[in-house]
Parts: sequence; structure tokens; C-alpha cells
Amino acid sequence: MPLTQADFDAVLLTLELASLTTVLLLLIGTPIAWWLARTGSWLKRPLGAIVALPLVLPPTVIGFYLLVSMGPHGFIGQLTQSLGLGTLTFTFSGLVIGSVFYSLPFVVQPLQNAFEAIGRAPLEAAATLRANPWDAFFTVVLPLAKPGFLTAAILGFAHTVGEFGVVLMIGGNIPGKTQVASVQIYNHVETMNYAQAHWLAGGMVAFSFIVLLALYSGRSNKRVWQ
Amino acid sequence: MIWPLRRQPAAIQAVAGLGEIRGRFKVEHADFILDVELHLPGRGISALFGHSGSGKTSCLRCFAGLDQPSEGYLQVNGELWQDSDQGIFVPAHKRSVGYVFQDANLFAHLSVRRNLEYGHKRIPAAQRRIALEQAVELLGIGHLLERLPGNLSGGERQRVGIARALLTTPRLLLMDEPLASLDLKRKLEVLPYLERLHQELDIPILYVSHSPDEVARLADHLVVLEEGRVQASGPLKETLLRSDLPFMFEEDAEAVVDGSVSHYDPDYRLLSIRLSGTDAVLQLTHAPLPAGKPVRVKIKARDVSLSLDQAEGTSLLNLLPARVEHWLALDNQAQMLVDLRVGDERMIARITRYSFDRLGIHAQQALWVQVKSVSLLASD
Amino acid sequence: MDCRIPRTWLTLLAGLSCSASVLAEEVQVAVAANFTAPLQAIAREFAQDTGHTLVAAFGATGQLYAQIQNGAPFEVFLAADANTPARLERQGLGVAGSRFTYAIGSLVLWSAKADYIDGSDAVLKANPFRHLAIANPKAAPYGLAATQVLTKLGLRAALQSKLVEGQSITQTLQFVSTGNAELGFVALSQVYKDGQISSGSAWVVPDELYEPIRQDALILKRGENNPAATALVEYLKGPKVAEIIQSYGYQP
Repeated sequence: MPLTQADFDAVLLTLELASLTTVLLLLIGTPIAWWLARTGSWLKRPLGAIVALPLVLPPTVIGFYLLVSMGPHGFIGQLTQSLGLGTLTFTFSGLVIGSVFYSLPFVVQPLQNAFEAIGRAPLEAAATLRANPWDAFFTVVLPLAKPGFLTAAILGFAHTVGEFGVVLMIGGNIPGKTQVASVQIYNHVETMNYAQAHWLAGGMVAFSFIVLLALYSGRSNKRVWQ
Repeated sequence: MIWPLRRQPAAIQAVAGLGEIRGRFKVEHADFILDVELHLPGRGISALFGHSGSGKTSCLRCFAGLDQPSEGYLQVNGELWQDSDQGIFVPAHKRSVGYVFQDANLFAHLSVRRNLEYGHKRIPAAQRRIALEQAVELLGIGHLLERLPGNLSGGERQRVGIARALLTTPRLLLMDEPLASLDLKRKLEVLPYLERLHQELDIPILYVSHSPDEVARLADHLVVLEEGRVQASGPLKETLLRSDLPFMFEEDAEAVVDGSVSHYDPDYRLLSIRLSGTDAVLQLTHAPLPAGKPVRVKIKARDVSLSLDQAEGTSLLNLLPARVEHWLALDNQAQMLVDLRVGDERMIARITRYSFDRLGIHAQQALWVQVKSVSLLASD
Repeated sequence: MDCRIPRTWLTLLAGLSCSASVLAEEVQVAVAANFTAPLQAIAREFAQDTGHTLVAAFGATGQLYAQIQNGAPFEVFLAADANTPARLERQGLGVAGSRFTYAIGSLVLWSAKADYIDGSDAVLKANPFRHLAIANPKAAPYGLAATQVLTKLGLRAALQSKLVEGQSITQTLQFVSTGNAELGFVALSQVYKDGQISSGSAWVVPDELYEPIRQDALILKRGENNPAATALVEYLKGPKVAEIIQSYGYQP
């Protein structure tokens, strides 16, 4: 196999990035999805649209805005600098933040759908059975939304693995820090190392296929509680 | 926002008024206004009766704290649950209510046993007056405990829902059309359990229904709602007979009569029921029942006819002496509803205006009622 | 009877006949992205002077190469390097012997901040920055040139940990112009306007510190019989183009 140490490092880094991003997305996405699913506020539509933006924007556009806003003159950059963190571009943390934003709709939307499907009724039942709202969320909503969480986690993870444009724009191609698999494939293609590119790309195709297969098989066996 | 932030008292406030339930709710939506004031007995079954859209369920949700009316006051047997003037609103999960939903609303991810335990283990052990086994026995669901709700019939789900609500030892049991989603067979399966609740547990029940049959069979107290307002409220029989109530004008106007079993003739399979305050007896074909057992029967106004003397040679079994109270004409002007007293009980007869005039009916007139058909409501 | 046709008419007719025989041609050109601005200026002049129309597609050299390999309808290729046209020529996709250097790129160390660079390599030696941006040396000739400069200056090892790579020279400029990298090696043509550095501060790297960044052109097989393609190549070698190229920060 013509893969180099740099390729393996890139794959490892990708998995690390995708795992961390997925965990963060579930933590951030759950309250957002919950709010979107339950609110009657006029803000629901604008905020829903903002969450969905990464679905329609070219990744390079997102990457460019992240580059500008995370830079020393951007608002995120100003914030991180005032916190003594410096700027986040060209760092792993920066990639995580970029990926969280980029993959947000892939986590929020399945969760929101799951929460909407659950509806108010089970929560009302829980309330009349003396469960406070937090109690009800953890004992009723979470278990009922389990398939939604699974879908969200898989999509968030897979989408982050496949992320390219954003990483390209804010990463700086630093081995071990920001050089993820998709960028490494691009490097190989650019430098006409097609064999290495094929190995990595083939691996990603196989990975994505397996993930999606798992997802669709899970969906067809939807009678989870039976 | 999970639940709107509300000002909550540190503890539920005690107020005077043991043995009664007082509620006043005002809810205004674009297409619906609920504006009710209720004063209900603190025990027995109170029925909230009305057509769909009359505000029954909204009212029940206010009792449970699932909806917060803009203006409201609620005290239940000495506990203050809401007083918008004082900014008091006890959230649903802090109210001692049991709520039986129209469609049972069981937790799909939990077995029947864990559904039952859900509320049971969330109240302090010292407050549990109903044991799991007791509720299971009362509702006859022992064989279902390890099943998931998805595998239950409608009637079974409803019984589990009732048991689950009871297991929180509520100070008030709220039932939102618990039989509405069931077919007749399932209804008949669940009804006896509801009657047992009534007889065996001393928990006041607020029962929402649009079925006159259910109300007549179960309720002690009746509240009639129409377009978000209280049309009538009072003890069941008086209220049912109030002829100013719109629902009385329908085809199925009826009276509910209490009595006790006086005799059973196994040869003819004939059950005799003595009405209170008179020697008059109603007879109907029925399975045997022990003498002295209290029973309730329903008599439809269209099954009651009047005659000036005790007709002889008729196939009708039931011929009872009665006295005319009052009457009114139905909308079509061709028929009359006549309100009658038989002993201590009241009945209504629907007759044509022609017959009414021909018989020369007047107040306090003594005459005979002929009852074509009687159906027994409570029997077990 | 005097039936002279006015002189102006004659010139017009000559022009028309000329356009009928030669000027009707159009040439499809694949152009390296860094050469976008000068090429647009050249296209205007070219149309005016020869009557031919130049239709340009701009892109990264590697991508254009892949497209040409896969049958894209380009007739002339203006690459950002010397290797890619050579490779195409070897593969028989270009007209043999038509390859020539149309421009030589100049490397500049540039910062968006005024006074950050004092016109020398002092800032590289002082090393006060967090990030030094270069183009990916494996993919972009300007990136390769940048590493050559660092090696020559003996700073490669010292600065290795501060390097951030853009995938293209355009992206490298973005890193620097947004301030995410304090400075970076970019193409002079990117920050050069009307004969001077347009903003920020810079050090124009002396030629001897890196191998010339030759940008080669090649007539492709599809353009072999198109007179406009030949005309363009000849035009690119002329003095007018040399002037334009210089004004954009390239050496002709």
C-alpha cells in the first residue's frame, strides 16, 4: 500500500476531528433543535434558516467567512484574542469550530424532526406524573428520540469526515494539526500522486458507503421498540 | 424555552374549602374563548359535558396546569393551585392530579410496569396510598405488565393509563374522554372499572365526556359547557332534567332514575326495580340481581307515553303513577316535552302537541306514564 | 462622369473583407488564475489589434490540466508553471515546439500591515510572527520558490513550525490579507498595481534566491489549425504584451 505516515496521520486526525465535532454538535444541537421544535416565536424561522445555511452555501464561502471572522480583525478573532487564546485559524480548535458550524444542520434537523414527532403529549403525561421538565426530558424525550440522535450523530460524523472546503480555507495544511484526509487527497491529486489519492479516496468512499448503509438499514428497521 | 418561567410559591398554599373544588378560568384564543366558573363537590364524579369545541378539554387542562389561563383561580380540597391575582401558578408537575388522556398517552418506550412505576416512584413513599398491586388488580391489568404499549388493545391501554394516573395517589383525578377512542365493545370493557374506581376509591374525579350515556351512568354532578361557558351545573339528575338546556332538545333527551332491586322472577327473567319515594315498580328483562341492590336506569323521553287512566290489557310492563311538573314545546312546535314526577324521581315524556291538548295536560295533574323501554346503567 | 467612391468607404470595405477572411476566428484559452488580470487587458488589445476574439477560462493549472486531458475544448494553454505544458506536450496533447515562456513570475514577501516589512528579509530573521503563509510547494510553483528562498536564507528549519500552506497562491494571499497570517510569500502580480505595491508592506525577493517561476504557454492540438491561436501566441511574444505583463508585476 503506497500510503505514507502523513496519510495515516491525516486519517487519524480526521477521525479525531469528526468525533470531537460530533460530541460538541450533539451538545449544542440538542438545545437548538429542542427550541426550534417547541417554540412558537417568530424567531423560529429566521433561526432555522441560519442553521440551515451551511446546507446551501458553498463550503468555500463558509470557509472564507470563518477565515475573516476568526482572523485578528474578525469578531470571533477579537473575542478569542481578548480571552488570551490568540486566533484560531490554522489550529485544530479552529477546525473544530468550523466543522461544528458546517455540520450543524446535519445534526439539528434530524433532532428537530425527532422532537417534533414526539410532540407535546408524552411531556404532558410526564408532567401529570410529577416529572419536572428536566426529568421529563431525560426520561421521556431522550429515549423516544434515540433514533433521531443516532441519525444526527452518524450524519454529523460523516459530514465532518467529508468536509473539505472549510478545512482548506482555514486549516493551512499543517500535518498533524489541520491536514485532514480530504485535504490530503486534494494534495495528492494536485501533485498528480494518483495512486495515493486513490487509496485515500477509495477508503473514504468505502467509509461513507458503510455509514450510509448503516443509516438506511437502521431506518428500515424503524420499529425500534418492538 | 422548555416551560415558560412562572412565579411559583415555595410551597402549595392551604386555603379554606375542604370538600369542594372551586375553579375560574379565562382563556382567550383567536377562535375560542373559555370563560368558566365552577364550583364542584370535593368527592364523587363530576362530569364536564358538552359538544366538541365546547371547551371541556381546555377546562380540564387548566385544572391540570397543562395550560395556564390568562386569568384563573383554582383550589382543590383546601389547596390553592392557581390565583392569577396573587401571581400564583403551581406547575403541572407539582399538582397532585392524575390525568387520564383521551388516547391513554402511554410512554411508548416503557413497559406497562415501568409506565405504572413512572409516577408512582416520583411521589414520596409516605404519600403513596395506592399500591401497584392494588391498582393492577383494580384495573385488571396484571397479565399486561411486561408488555409494551404498542402491543395493547385500546381498552387495555386506557386501563393502564387509568392505573398509572391513580398510582400518583392524586387529590383529583382528571379524565379526558377516556372512552371516546374505544369502540362499543372496549367501552363496555372499561366502564365497569370506572365504576369500581368510583365505589372503591375516595378520589374526586372530573370526567370529560360528550356522551350522555357515559355521563348518565357514571356522574354524580354534571356541568354542561357550551361554547366555552357554563350552561348548567348541579347534581346529575336535576341538571339532566332541566329542560332549558339545549342538549335536552335533541332526539335522545332522557331521564336517569335511581332505584333498588325489589324482586326477580327467574321464570320470566323479569327484574323488578322499586323507585324511591313510591311503591311503583319498573320491570325489565334482565339477568338476576340480588334484592336490595341499588341500580340506576335510563329512560328516553320518546319511550315514555302518557295516559289519563290505568290502561288495562296492554303488553307494556311499566305503568306508573305520575304528576305533571312542567312542560315546553320543542322547536318544531309539533311536539312537547313533559316533565313528570314519579315518587322522588323525575322522568320526561315526549308527546305530540295534539295529544298534549287532547289530554288537557296541566300542572300537578295526576296521570299514568307508560314506559316502553328501560335500560339498566349501573350493575355489578 | 465622376463616380469616385469616397476614401472612407474604401477603408471600411477593406476592413470588412479582412474580417470576413481572418477576423471571424475565435480562440479558446485556458488560463492560470494568477494571470487573470493581465490576460483581460491583453484580450482587449488583442481584439483591437487583430480582430480575433479571445475566450478565456480561468482556473488552477492542475485542474485545467485534468480538463485538457479529458477533452476540454481549449486551443491555447497559459499555465502557471513550466512543468504542466511540458507534460502535455510529451503526452501529445500540445503542438510540438509551440511551447514558450510568456511570463516569469516574481515572488514577494508581503504583509497587509504597513511597515511590517521594511523592504528586506529582516522580519524573517527577527521572527516576531505566528504564521508565515506560503502556497503548497508541491502544488504551486510560488510555494516551491518560497521554500527555496527560506532554504537559501538558512531559515527553513527555524520557520518550519510557523508555515501555513494555502492550496493555491490565491488562498495564500487570503491568509495574509485577512491578517490570519501576519505575512506570506505571494506573487508580486497579486499585490502590484501601476508599477508599485498597492497596499501593506513588502520585500520583493531578489531573483537569485529562487529559481525563475516560468509560466509557459502551449498551443493545444485542438488549436493547431486555428489561425487565431497562432496569432495569439505571436501576439503574446510582442512588445505591447511585454509592457502589459510588466505593469502587472511579471517579467516578460
